[in-house]
Amino acid sequence: MSQIQHAVPDGPMRYTQICTRRTSCSSPPTSSSAAGTEPPSCPGHRGRTPRRKWQVFPGRNRFYCDGRVMMARQTGVFYLTLVLILLTSGLFFAFDCPYLASNLSPAIPAVGAVLFVFVMGMLFRASFSDPGVLPRATPDEAADLERQIDSTSCSKPPPRTREVLINGQTVKLKYCFTCKIFRPPRASHCSLCDNCVERFDHHCPWVGNCVGRRNYRFFYLFILSLSFLTIFIFSFVITHVVLRSNRTGFLTTLKDSPVVVCFFSVWSIVGLSGFHTYLISSNQTTNEDIKGTWSRKEGKDNYNPYSYGNVLTNCCAALCGPLPPSLIDRRGPIQADTPQTAPQSNGTGGGSYAPTQLHSHMVGGYHPGRLQHGAKLPVNSATFMQQRFPFVPLSFYIY
Amino acid sequence: MLCCFTVFIFCPTQFHNLQELRHSASLANKVFIQRDYSEGTTCRFQTKFPSELESRIELTLFEETVKTLNNFYAEAEKIGGQSYLEGCLACATAYLIFLCMETRYEKVLKKIAKYIQEQNEKIYAPRGLLITDPIERGMRVIEISIYEDRGSSGSSSGSSSVSGSTAR
Repeated sequence: MSQIQHAVPDGPMRYTQICTRRTSCSSPPTSSSAAGTEPPSCPGHRGRTPRRKWQVFPGRNRFYCDGRVMMARQTGVFYLTLVLILLTSGLFFAFDCPYLASNLSPAIPAVGAVLFVFVMGMLFRASFSDPGVLPRATPDEAADLERQIDSTSCSKPPPRTREVLINGQTVKLKYCFTCKIFRPPRASHCSLCDNCVERFDHHCPWVGNCVGRRNYRFFYLFILSLSFLTIFIFSFVITHVVLRSNRTGFLTTLKDSPVVVCFFSVWSIVGLSGFHTYLISSNQTTNEDIKGTWSRKEGKDNYNPYSYGNVLTNCCAALCGPLPPSLIDRRGPIQADTPQTAPQSNGTGGGSYAPTQLHSHMVGGYHPGRLQHGAKLPVNSATFMQQRFPFVPLSFYIY
Repeated sequence: MLCCFTVFIFCPTQFHNLQELRHSASLANKVFIQRDYSEGTTCRFQTKFPSELESRIELTLFEETVKTLNNFYAEAEKIGGQSYLEGCLACATAYLIFLCMETRYEKVLKKIAKYIQEQNEKIYAPRGLLITDPIERGMRVIEISIYEDRGSSGSSSGSSSVSGSTAR
């Protein structure tokens, strides 16, 4: 830490103090978006060390509303989605609904409004919730895994895969070098967000987030309801144009309507809904479908071990199954004995993980197989539950 | 601090065991019980008995703990009438219903936390072991910390917050 003083030329004896700290200021947390992270502390200022876990989250995500909202780093396309939906719906309600309500039925704008609210709700839920990010391994876990890998193989480099038999099908579990874990089946590492996500479907730029186990149903309901909304708007706009053009010209009416936007989006959205309906009914992820993991291969008895065998059960399981909780506890407070994640191995690039200086018992380096003596008792799990499940009105966004 | 305070709330007669553990023991090793994926992606842990625990705890007690935890997780992730009802109701209310009520999974997680707390107090802490709730480790592992009595290592630091001062 150094202090530099210099005198201002004019004025009587005024000094500017610049304090530099090489320790905590040099590597700011990755999630330091404009929205939320507080700057690292400097002596002489009131302590502004990170208070909640989202502030030291190692992935490339952005957090808003003090950790309640979680999105990917690139959110530009999400705003485009928002603008398109709002514009189209706004034009529909402003220009077509008055005519349709008076000439056909007032139920039309009512149904439209319900659909619109549902679409927006599902969009926000899909965009803002945790897709099922797997937290990175603690240093102890990572070392334990390394020991197991090294002990089971004599060749260098040791194979970093594990095979498991799931419902009679052999599935290979890969080791993630970034997260230092063996990925569970169906999990995948998203390179954009730099996280392993459970039941990874795809990273959707339109929604501004990964689509995984926890938000797949919201994503599906979003595209399904959006297809209904676009078809609804499209058909009633055409009806309006047809009815109106009896009186005024066709082209005059057309230019007041959001037909063009609707026309193109209908086919793409409906197509996407159809594709995801197929995926849900066969219990596959987009990732698996694109890679052809469960497609029939010649000479091999390849089948999807996760499918329940029945289209209805697959659909119900995907849409009405239990909603798992978030594993990353973004709003939990950082405690001194919270185990920090293992540092990244080199070669992964991105530089997205910054170790914090907050843990007290790992000082002096880490010794594989032997932990520092005098390490504190970990936080009691009941205390953890108290912190994780308080009754807060915005739990809607957390879970 | 928080640990013994919470222990006091749950079980005043047992708290001195965990507190003794805290003051007179130091962390020697950690054992990780990995997930068992043989039945798919549902949460299950392996019941294989780790060799490091052979001298510390009986096989039957360990197996019972892991099996009970597996049953809890199976209950949480069960797809049946109740989960469908919850799912449909939630969808119909645009998921706003979760502002007022907990999901079934969250309820079961609370039961699990209580169970682990109880197991720690009654069975594991007296044997110098401590189970960490899997939710704190991303549901990947059951972490069992093995504590050694500081008195047996021949030196004591007098305070549990000092690190690295005791050498083995």
